[in-house]
Amino acid sequence: MEDILRQIIEKDNYWIYITLMMVGLYAIIAKNNLVKKIVGMNIFQTAVILFYVSIGVKKGATIPIIEHVHDTAHTAIHAVDYINPLPHVLMLTAIVVSVATLGVALAIAITVYRRYQTLEEDEILKQIREP
Amino acid sequence: MKILGLIIVVLVGAVLEYATIDFPPLGDPASPASTHVSPRYIEKSIEETAVPNVVTSVLADYRGFDTMFETTVIFSAGVACFLLLRVPPSRRPQRASERQYRHRLTGLTFRIKGGAEVSLPLHEFERVDSIWTPYDFIIEKVCRYLIPFIQLFGLYVIAHGHHSPGGGFQGGVILGASIILLSVSHNLRIALKRMGERTSALFSPVGVFIYAGTGALCLILGYNFLDYQALAALLPGGPIMARSHGIFIVEVGVGMAVMGTMVWIFKNLASLGRYDEGL
Repeated sequence: MEDILRQIIEKDNYWIYITLMMVGLYAIIAKNNLVKKIVGMNIFQTAVILFYVSIGVKKGATIPIIEHVHDTAHTAIHAVDYINPLPHVLMLTAIVVSVATLGVALAIAITVYRRYQTLEEDEILKQIREP
Repeated sequence: MKILGLIIVVLVGAVLEYATIDFPPLGDPASPASTHVSPRYIEKSIEETAVPNVVTSVLADYRGFDTMFETTVIFSAGVACFLLLRVPPSRRPQRASERQYRHRLTGLTFRIKGGAEVSLPLHEFERVDSIWTPYDFIIEKVCRYLIPFIQLFGLYVIAHGHHSPGGGFQGGVILGASIILLSVSHNLRIALKRMGERTSALFSPVGVFIYAGTGALCLILGYNFLDYQALAALLPGGPIMARSHGIFIVEVGVGMAVMGTMVWIFKNLASLGRYDEGL
């Protein structure tokens, strides 16, 4: 029991991202309204972003901007002193791309609404089945 | 569907949770993500690119291809929104609904029904949206004075991305948000006057073109695609400073693409593609 508890506390970042991700997945699967599904998709994306950012953390390290004095470039730089920049790079682009895909998703929702006059999934399916 | 969804979610969550047993603990400097390629980026960034902000140098130089296609994805999203929503002017309903005008001095609102043509002295009247929003002095004035500073800050974030947190993506979003703020605080037509549909639609492909064009220029100069070292023939400061300058050029392209696309998507969504009334 104590062992499991220690596991949970040690890896709480993974627990948080999995909980958030599952909230998003549940919204995508179970919600009837298309806009709620889109909100679920965004929660899912946020969970992935949190996961990546938490991967980049190093204990006792600072942001990945290297301390430098002009013209003395050849001071020793230790990778342990700076957090991992790679997840930040990937998520930096992913955040902006997620905003752009959110725009496309909302645009599709608007076109669906124009055609069927509703955003409820079951009502749209009913209209498709009986023309 | 709800029960099925719940079962799936619990199962997937349990599997993911089971997988984390093998994951490294939070903040471990020896985790696999932090050991292979990222120490090299941190240790060599200043030496190879003269950029202290490792995120910027990885974004635009070491992983330049990735970022180029991210920019292309953003551009395609803008085009997709445009194609899905834009109503061409010829197919728009001919002013079937009513329009509203407000007299600037007295605050009286006039409603004109059925698309009737009226001649109003335009300097005395201003058009208001049909979802009537009361004239709010404080919001309008505060936003009017705030927006130039927001835009200045956006330009700073783009230009100072080498030395502080920032770069094309962040600065572009700030610049786009300033135009969206103008549209939210006043109305869509005023924002369109400042940055029209054509401008915003031109900004995003031009940004992508600047990025890809820099890469192609390196190719023409006899180096690999996006190898900014080649720009040393055109820019002062030697091959390492040329990398730094190349990153800046690319960041400007990213900033333009992101700003244009944000504004473009917002206008299409807010006005349902009619560019007439909106938030």
